Amino acid sequence: MKHVLSFLMTLVILIAATGDGTAKEQELIGAGATFPYPFYSKMFDVYSKEYGVKVNYQAIGSGGGIRQLTNKTVDFGGSDAIMSEADVKEASAPILHIPTCAGAVVLTYNLPGNPQLKFTADVIGNLFLGKIGKWNDRRLSDINPGVKLPEMNVTVVHRSDGSGTTSIFSDYVSKVSREWKEKVGTGTSLNWPTGLGGKGNPGVAGLVKQTPGSIGYVELIYALQNKMPYGMVKNKKGNFVTATLAATSKAADINLPDDLKVSLTDTDAPEGYPISGFTWILVYKDQGYGDRSEEKAKELVKLLWWMTHEGQKYTEPLEYAPLSKKAVEKAEKLIKSISYKSSVIMK
Amino acid sequence: MNHSRAELLVLRSKTKTMRWHRPALSESSFRKILSIAGVFVLLLLVAIFFSLGIASFPSIRNFGIRFLFSSTWDPVKSEFGAFPFLVGTLATSFLALVISVVFSIPISIFLGEYSAQGSVATFIKSMIELLAGVPSVIYGFCGLFLLAPLVRALEVKLGMAPYGVGIFTASLVLSIMIIPYSASIGREVISLVPSDLKEAALSLGATRFEVIRKVILPYAGSGIVAGVLLSLGRALGETMAVTMVIGNSNFIPKNIFSPANTLASVIANEFTEATGSLYLASLIELGLVLFIVTTIINLIGKLIIRRMGVGE
Amino acid sequence: MKEPWIRRRILWDKLFKAVIILLTFCSILPMLFILFFITSKGISVINWRFLTHLPKPVGEMGGGISNAIIGTFILIGIATAFSVPIGMLVGIFLSEDRRGRLASLTRLCVETLQGIPSIVIGIIAYIWFVVSTGSFSALSGGVALGLMMLPVIITATEETLKLIPESLREASLALGVSYPRTILKVILPAGISGILTGILLSLARVAGETAPLLFTAFGSPFMGLNILKPINSLPLMIFNYATSPYPEWHTLAWGASFILIVLVLGLNLFTKVVTKRWKVQF
Repeated sequence: MKHVLSFLMTLVILIAATGDGTAKEQELIGAGATFPYPFYSKMFDVYSKEYGVKVNYQAIGSGGGIRQLTNKTVDFGGSDAIMSEADVKEASAPILHIPTCAGAVVLTYNLPGNPQLKFTADVIGNLFLGKIGKWNDRRLSDINPGVKLPEMNVTVVHRSDGSGTTSIFSDYVSKVSREWKEKVGTGTSLNWPTGLGGKGNPGVAGLVKQTPGSIGYVELIYALQNKMPYGMVKNKKGNFVTATLAATSKAADINLPDDLKVSLTDTDAPEGYPISGFTWILVYKDQGYGDRSEEKAKELVKLLWWMTHEGQKYTEPLEYAPLSKKAVEKAEKLIKSISYKSSVIMK
Repeated sequence: MNHSRAELLVLRSKTKTMRWHRPALSESSFRKILSIAGVFVLLLLVAIFFSLGIASFPSIRNFGIRFLFSSTWDPVKSEFGAFPFLVGTLATSFLALVISVVFSIPISIFLGEYSAQGSVATFIKSMIELLAGVPSVIYGFCGLFLLAPLVRALEVKLGMAPYGVGIFTASLVLSIMIIPYSASIGREVISLVPSDLKEAALSLGATRFEVIRKVILPYAGSGIVAGVLLSLGRALGETMAVTMVIGNSNFIPKNIFSPANTLASVIANEFTEATGSLYLASLIELGLVLFIVTTIINLIGKLIIRRMGVGE
Repeated sequence: MKEPWIRRRILWDKLFKAVIILLTFCSILPMLFILFFITSKGISVINWRFLTHLPKPVGEMGGGISNAIIGTFILIGIATAFSVPIGMLVGIFLSEDRRGRLASLTRLCVETLQGIPSIVIGIIAYIWFVVSTGSFSALSGGVALGLMMLPVIITATEETLKLIPESLREASLALGVSYPRTILKVILPAGISGILTGILLSLARVAGETAPLLFTAFGSPFMGLNILKPINSLPLMIFNYATSPYPEWHTLAWGASFILIVLVLGLNLFTKVVTKRWKVQF
């Protein structure tokens, strides 16, 4: 008995010791949005092979990213939602929003035959408010002439967790539907009037895939990777646009504010996809908090620089829109402003 | 011969004591250490309760008692109410209980009365124990991939929305998980019914069925109820399997095929990302409510069992 | 020659027995189904690569569960190191002091602890360990699991030691062995089978737990050996992969489920064998 115990103790101590012995090998911890997760997981895999720094990113939703960064339990957060004023106040220290790419939120659905559907702003609002009960409703068939819509119930699928994808989506619907704006509003976690909840973009995609007659909103890559159909959306200029890399880039090609906290929805660009959005990495501007080492701060800054430069080449294969030159320039300014205690890290 | 052997043993133990003898732990200090261990457990429980209370205080202060009756769960407007989750929890747990009892009481009767020994009994007993050993997440996984499609097909037949997930699916999965708890306690109390009572009835011409109905079940009744209560306590707190098949909707479910959320599943879903301290405090308050409810039910169950004198 | 109403009673009796047997055997079916499905879907995934490689990024084929397997072992190792010594001490305390007020109060607390839902333990571990240290870690996850093991070990120790006859203790004390040594070197070893049963069974239970790890161990795509950092585990991985839409990840989840079930059921079986072998008869 005693021997078993002492063996276990030794084992635990050994393991703890080996862990600390590899101090050279840095590990960065991040959490947040599922929106860019396919992109990040590929990037971080490459980064660890090239630079030996392990970046552990857990996709728990943008809300999670913001919360964990506020609690200082992670090195950086991932979010497609801009931090609200309340969140900013709670964080107590300035947090930078550094964009890494832009993506599109598409409406994916599960109907027999996978027809290509078109959606307009108010139809989307009505669907997710639960006011369109069946797929062969007049409002849907009017904008989809030539498509035989079945008489199936509409099952709405939304996010059950705090999501930046929800934020982008609800931001768009709030702009185009007054009823939505009053009843539901914009945010990462909403009081959804109807529907099933899935955890993360993968959860929503999974539920839509399994539930006939369902419709949900996911980032483009999730619909593509799962070979699910997604609809064209009518943008502000009246054109029905399919979400593509090009359309997303056009929507992102606007005047950017210096802090890069900007929404891309309901774009003015004639060929832009209206439900697009940036996704950001959130970091504290002053990295000298708690017992963070300067080395860790340097590693983080190096990572951010790489993500906005060399890492950009991994966007297009996954149908994310890379940052435009203007965006990268502004991002560089933000990264250069990150300091450790009182001196700027990157010169 | 014996005397010298005994002397040898005493000498040996004395030398052993002497050889290793640094000032040995005296009885009173050893007893003190034991008491400290006991106090540690006490403090642990108190600390858990207080941590939950303190962390949920912002929510308690803000909403008061109407937290339990409000059915709005709106993170955008920071309006939180626990009612939909109480409904979801109670609905799934009670439905699961009803379904599980249909199987666990026959199992108790079978193993306690009809077939108490032998290879068949051992086989059944092991199978039931295995049910308790399967991890919760695997139940959820199988529920999602094996059961939900079947429920979906049923819903299509009934003309309802083909969710596949919802209260019904969650209750089915839950019921299978809690069978072992009531079955094993039920079996024990049934096997403890004094045989002279049973034999008296048999000798008066009663059939086995009548003995069970009129002697065993009334005698063991409260013990069986206690076992059922304990399985209820288990059902109330079950998290992973339920989270995976309940549909995750924060509304009061309309019927048993609706999606819903339980106290445990909403915490699992929303905890890591509750932005805003009121949101987090409300989630922790849900945890506190869950803690109190399961504790009360478990303690009642254990009290009944102890009164019945079962060696549990 | 039986009266009709006696015949009817006998009929009811036979019917009842048939129903009982039917329902009993029906309740075994879910278990058989689960075992069948997990084995058939999971076993085809198991190969050397699966067991020794790390998971791949989203959407890429291949990948394994090696970090989850190691992570599970590390977590239950920490849980055991934390809960076994304290649990046994408290169990000894309760078996020695049958009547005292502290003992009764402690017993009440142990029963309460046992019933705490795993998600609440997760919340507690988050508040106590993650927020205070500012990071997710295997240590916090392991302690959370240890908290779940504690009540079972305490009860198993107490019940086992209560069954050991007084004569053994009296003999030892009469021979001049000191009280602490009597307890630790005579009584405790005599009850080893029961105590070990409690430890192994609670181990099997926490090996499959997910909820307490959601907010503590955090998960990781890498091999984690440092207990102060996040770590992956089999149940966490199954949960994440099962709720995703990728078929490749679903296949991995079936394989991981198979490994987990083998581990958990294997521990249960091992416990039975050990109990029989090491049980001291009085």
